[in-house]
Amino acid sequence: MARREPIGPLDYTRRLWLRLWLVAVCIFLYAPIVILVVFSFNDSKRNIVWQGFTTDYYVKAAENASLIEAFANSLVIALVSTVISTVVGALMALALWRFRFPGKPGLDGAVALPIVIPEICMGVALLVFFNRVGLSSAFAYPFSLLPIIIGHVAFSFPFVCVVVRARMAGFDRSLEEASKDLGASEWQTFWNITVPFMKPGLIAGGLLAMTLSLDDFVITFFTAGPGTLTFPVQVYSMVRFGATPEVNAASTILIVVTVILTVIALRLQRPEKEAAKLA
Amino acid sequence: MTETPAQTPIVTFENVTKSFGRTKAVDGVSLAIPRNAFFALLGPSGCGKTTLLRMLGGFEHPTSGRVLIDGEDMADVPPNRRQVNMVFQSYAVFPHMTVAENVAYGLKVTSVPRAEIGPRVEEAIAMVRLDGMAARKPDQLSGGQRQRVALARALVKRPKLLLLDEPLSALDKKLREEMQLELVRLQTEVGITFIIVTHDQEEALGMASDIAVMKEGRILQIAPPRQLYEHPTRRFVAEFIGASNSFECEVLGIEGGMARVRAPLLGELKVERAAADVRAGTLIVRPEKMRMDFSSPDPDPGEVLVRAVIDQIAYFGDLSIVYLTAEDGRRLQCSRYNVNRIDKGDPPPGTPCTIGIHPEDLLLVGD
Repeated sequence: MARREPIGPLDYTRRLWLRLWLVAVCIFLYAPIVILVVFSFNDSKRNIVWQGFTTDYYVKAAENASLIEAFANSLVIALVSTVISTVVGALMALALWRFRFPGKPGLDGAVALPIVIPEICMGVALLVFFNRVGLSSAFAYPFSLLPIIIGHVAFSFPFVCVVVRARMAGFDRSLEEASKDLGASEWQTFWNITVPFMKPGLIAGGLLAMTLSLDDFVITFFTAGPGTLTFPVQVYSMVRFGATPEVNAASTILIVVTVILTVIALRLQRPEKEAAKLA
Repeated sequence: MTETPAQTPIVTFENVTKSFGRTKAVDGVSLAIPRNAFFALLGPSGCGKTTLLRMLGGFEHPTSGRVLIDGEDMADVPPNRRQVNMVFQSYAVFPHMTVAENVAYGLKVTSVPRAEIGPRVEEAIAMVRLDGMAARKPDQLSGGQRQRVALARALVKRPKLLLLDEPLSALDKKLREEMQLELVRLQTEVGITFIIVTHDQEEALGMASDIAVMKEGRILQIAPPRQLYEHPTRRFVAEFIGASNSFECEVLGIEGGMARVRAPLLGELKVERAAADVRAGTLIVRPEKMRMDFSSPDPDPGEVLVRAVIDQIAYFGDLSIVYLTAEDGRRLQCSRYNVNRIDKGDPPPGTPCTIGIHPEDLLLVGD
């Protein structure tokens, strides 16, 4: 019998109990999602046992006016807040990367605060703040989304800032000097040299912000007025009336959208890592 | 070409000082650089040479004093308004642009007519011998090629001055020698004043028409390469450029350009003074100007003899450097060209020998 080599400290997959552990982790993590997706095709109103395959509930979801409205709201909020947080986050990152000014260490820490603050606290804070300044959702339609958009920008721009700043850490300042040396003005240098370098960071940060905004529930729940629904909030209220496969179908669509955005974000970040390795 | 006479310097520093906080990077420098020169600023790191160069580019501003380019005060002229271009140490080639786009960039942003850009870019790319690479991105180029892009990008602007910040430091030895020749060829071809910053004395000696040696923010000597090597005025210059043997000495009297000195080992001699203001200092002699004799002393007339013992020999192929200890324990070095292929080779350490020095090879330099 061939002598087995001793198991090294990092040979995780060769220990049986570790293998079982791995399987258990995967089941806990992914089984609910798989079941959610599978049962979105279930031909059953109660949606407890599998009755047969159907895509009826996708059609039904597509015909559900309030669901569609909520989806549209979510998209509008996501788009607007993404644009704003990308711009604000990128400018913040540039300021922190490029300049030294009094209070910079404080600002540096404060930027990361919305990332670590529990969402529920942020939601309450925003709710209290909006009531205080009178920016409740008493406005007519597009403006009724304003508090939600502000809320989303508040928690997503730090993510953009962090991503863009990481990107700029690999920037050679003499590129800017070279540009000016060759006759370009400050603006020309910014648009021709700095922004193209920043672009992968901007796209990755923007997609991150968009994903965060699309599926945010807590902060939206606190800041939305009575008449305004977003997709996650609408799904939640549908669940309360019984989890039909329609809820599963709607959730599956959200999962697909989020996954696609995340994959794009990761793809765009990849060359940046390679560039960092070369530098 | 212009109404300014050819004799007026292209660059003038008038008593320029630059302080960073409490440290003076540049300390009261006055300097005139002649037109069409290949001028080198040479010194150890932190001597202020790069700061001087960056002042010409417009990236630093003098704390006091004036910088003039072609007779014009540059105080309020930003980098993008100067007819000066720079090749950065990191080359700073724009990574998201092709070679051609990099070279065209400086013309595009200053709205040179489109019809003119194409031919000028092509010409510049050909000049640095990058033909056929115009469509490549910088990450597909070698270090040497990237540097050529940086050169073409600067030269296409037809500047009055080309600044080069340690241009060869990132290249390997063979490529460095090749680029040295290339830079000299380019400079004669385009007839633009080149100012190069370097800490490598061989680079400066091999390329420059004039060299300014700097130390701690000040210029110690400005001279053509040969004069700098054969007539250094200060001990620092003598030791920074090439190697030298020094003997502290006592000056007994000054007679015109000569001085009567007494030095240990050498005795009383009459030697040349490096400059009119040198009244005391050190005697120096270059290692290759000392004659080594392993057999019986057979002095040339007028030669001073020093007895020494060989310590160590460093063999470099073309030449050997012999490290010696003289009678009084002083360390000396002597270099010998290995002119014959069939040779007995260098004698082993411990061999006694006699060194012959002609007094005219000795120079009295200031400390």
